[in-house]
Amino acid sequence: MAKLKSLLDLEELRKSIVAARDPSKLCITICSGTGCHAYASEKVAEAFSSEIEQRGLSGKIDLRRTGCHGFCERGPIVVIFPDEICYLSVKPEDVSEIVSETLIHKKIVERLLYVGDDGKPISNENDIPFYKSQIRIVFGDNRLIDPQSIEDYLALGGYAALAKALFEMTPEEVIEVIKKSNLRGRGGGGFPAGIKWETTRNAPGDAKYVIVNADEGDPGAYMDRSLLEGNPHSVLEGLIIGAYAIGANQGYVYVRQEYPLAVDNVSVAIDQMRELGLLGEKILGTGFDFDIIVHRGAGAFVSGESSALMTAIEGRVGEPRPKYVRTAVSGIHGRPSNLNNVETWANVPLIIKHGADWFRGVGTEGSKGTKIFSLVGKVKHTGLVEVPMGMPLREIIYDIGGGIRDNKKFKAVQTGGPSGGVIPESLLNLPVDFDELSKAGSMMGSGGMIVMDEDTCVVDVARYFLNFLADESCGKCIPCREGIQQMLVVLNRICEGNGTDDDLEILTDLGDMMRDCSLCALGQTAPNPVLSTIQYFREEYEEHIKNHRCPAGVCKELINYYIDPEKCQACMICMRNCPVGAIEGGKNIVHVIMQEKCTKCGTCLEVCPPRFSAVSKLSGVEIPEVAAGGIKVR
Amino acid sequence: MIKLLKRWKESRTMEQDLTKVDEIVDKYESNDESLIQILLDIQNEYRWLSKPILSRVCDRLDIPLVRAYHIATFYKHFSLLPQGRHSVSVCLGTACHVRGANRLLDRVTQAIGIEPGQTTPDEKFTLNTVNCLGCCALGPAMVIDGEYRSNLGAKELAEIVAGAD
Repeated sequence: MAKLKSLLDLEELRKSIVAARDPSKLCITICSGTGCHAYASEKVAEAFSSEIEQRGLSGKIDLRRTGCHGFCERGPIVVIFPDEICYLSVKPEDVSEIVSETLIHKKIVERLLYVGDDGKPISNENDIPFYKSQIRIVFGDNRLIDPQSIEDYLALGGYAALAKALFEMTPEEVIEVIKKSNLRGRGGGGFPAGIKWETTRNAPGDAKYVIVNADEGDPGAYMDRSLLEGNPHSVLEGLIIGAYAIGANQGYVYVRQEYPLAVDNVSVAIDQMRELGLLGEKILGTGFDFDIIVHRGAGAFVSGESSALMTAIEGRVGEPRPKYVRTAVSGIHGRPSNLNNVETWANVPLIIKHGADWFRGVGTEGSKGTKIFSLVGKVKHTGLVEVPMGMPLREIIYDIGGGIRDNKKFKAVQTGGPSGGVIPESLLNLPVDFDELSKAGSMMGSGGMIVMDEDTCVVDVARYFLNFLADESCGKCIPCREGIQQMLVVLNRICEGNGTDDDLEILTDLGDMMRDCSLCALGQTAPNPVLSTIQYFREEYEEHIKNHRCPAGVCKELINYYIDPEKCQACMICMRNCPVGAIEGGKNIVHVIMQEKCTKCGTCLEVCPPRFSAVSKLSGVEIPEVAAGGIKVR
Repeated sequence: MIKLLKRWKESRTMEQDLTKVDEIVDKYESNDESLIQILLDIQNEYRWLSKPILSRVCDRLDIPLVRAYHIATFYKHFSLLPQGRHSVSVCLGTACHVRGANRLLDRVTQAIGIEPGQTTPDEKFTLNTVNCLGCCALGPAMVIDGEYRSNLGAKELAEIVAGAD
């Protein structure tokens, strides 16, 4: 393709792409995000490709591998356009039937449709309850676009916002619009993006930098990955607009090397942009020069912190530094550097295109627009959901997420990753936005939302996060390095049944100290998972400490597996499966777990046939004695 | 720990072809700002960072060796010891954790016979834990040589171990 040298060139190219496309043509789209890929979506795509060829339909049907659609629980997802018939959990062996029934005979394969609670199948993707209450302004194009095709992005109006900014607006006007929209950073703290941009623009210095933070390290959160993988151009368009507004000529995408597909797709996108002249010198014939470098992160949670990330871009170890001077003023090589997260950048083209008032039309007083959450854990419909700010937790978890798996009881939801907190059932009506979550002792974070049921022990969850943070603390400042370690000592003691009456006070004191004294946000927010669980689930801590009982039956040292002799039918299944040979008994002789040999792996509980349900977990009670020599099955 | 140190000492004198190292450094135009990127490419190519490799990189970039070791020991992706031919990573992300990732990890350690972070003596398997694979719907999840698997049982794991070359 020839370089675009003017606004007219861009619009002509767009027109020619749109004109060459027939919206009524059959198109099979297959979700190829990492989740669906793990469910072997590529095999499904290959099966479609060979089936189309075998039936001589090449040219009549388009095949498109798209980014993540969000409903990961039921992947691989196949949507057939123009009718948008959505098939879920598609396997390669279903492909032949889909082609002959749906594509040739225009009939729907009912068994692959989503079936609602009323038993009625739903054929259109948008009518599925999971999608129905969502507003997918940022994430919605993922399902329409092949991430490696800039034509697909242009066909949907891509880079029109960039053109608008370059040709109709001054940099100051762009910043004004972003400020007015009150777009707040989607990476964690929720700092207003427009104010940050203005600081960087006004900071002294000729060379300035803009950076995409795609070092998404929160365990259980993968929306930035799916956005960068599925629609890289939307993020990059936002970045160029930001660079124009701030006055930067060099940009960086800092992306974890653990996200190989995101690295690939963003690199391909950058090459395509250079080819079209959307990057490089004199973009679209204006006087604006800009280019982007992809920097892969090598695996360190703390490197997602702004000053640490910038140090890593300089080729040194990514540790944070004290920020008496903000990175917006002194960042990469001591020059003004503006860092925003993937989702924040992806919102920028939309705001420029539709205006600040449009963006402010959705959301709450203090938090405008939408937010993508990764709804995971013990929820029925695991996936990525984009909802207006202010939607109550209950709606997200029950209406979109379909409630708790296996008809268990809801216990808590954890938001904000290791820096966030746990929210109990009593706060389920909480409207989700930056300020409400902070008030409840948690935070928005990057948008992880991990649902927990009655089988989850909150003390164990607190310990889990502290373990994670102990591993990830860079060790530069003492409050974080030692504080996390000491909190972990106390939590381990509680989980092992050796807690003392002072332990909760010690944890609270340590937490307060770390909040006040740590160098960076990692240490300052590290106590949150512990403090919020103590706040809302104090009784559960006390059960561990006073009664040596783990009510959820999770903490290994506090539980024992037990086979009820009344229920055991001596089927030998648990005996054969026990990895350490800790179960005695025999044919017609009731099985008994030798507690001293048992490693508490839980295999016996998992394999015991549900019609017997003889194995159970005991906590805080004596294990009943079983007569020596074995009991015959009745 | 002592075993690890011994292996590391032995590894320092291993003969290695460093042509690829030079090619990678050339690709980044010997720019020391790209040190992390260079080491990532070398790790992916050689599957570990030996002392001769790190010395060569630092000579070519004209930087002290300690800078490379600082990076190689700070980031999780780098390994100072040879890695197994097959890589197994068990996800311990929060979503997997609440769905029983620890029980899966127990099964995996039992099947392969090593703890996370270790390599089997025959250099067949390296077992690692990771903090989130980003496929939470599969949880508890693991990756074996790039292939994602969901909650494998003891029997399936034993078959995989027996079937690997």
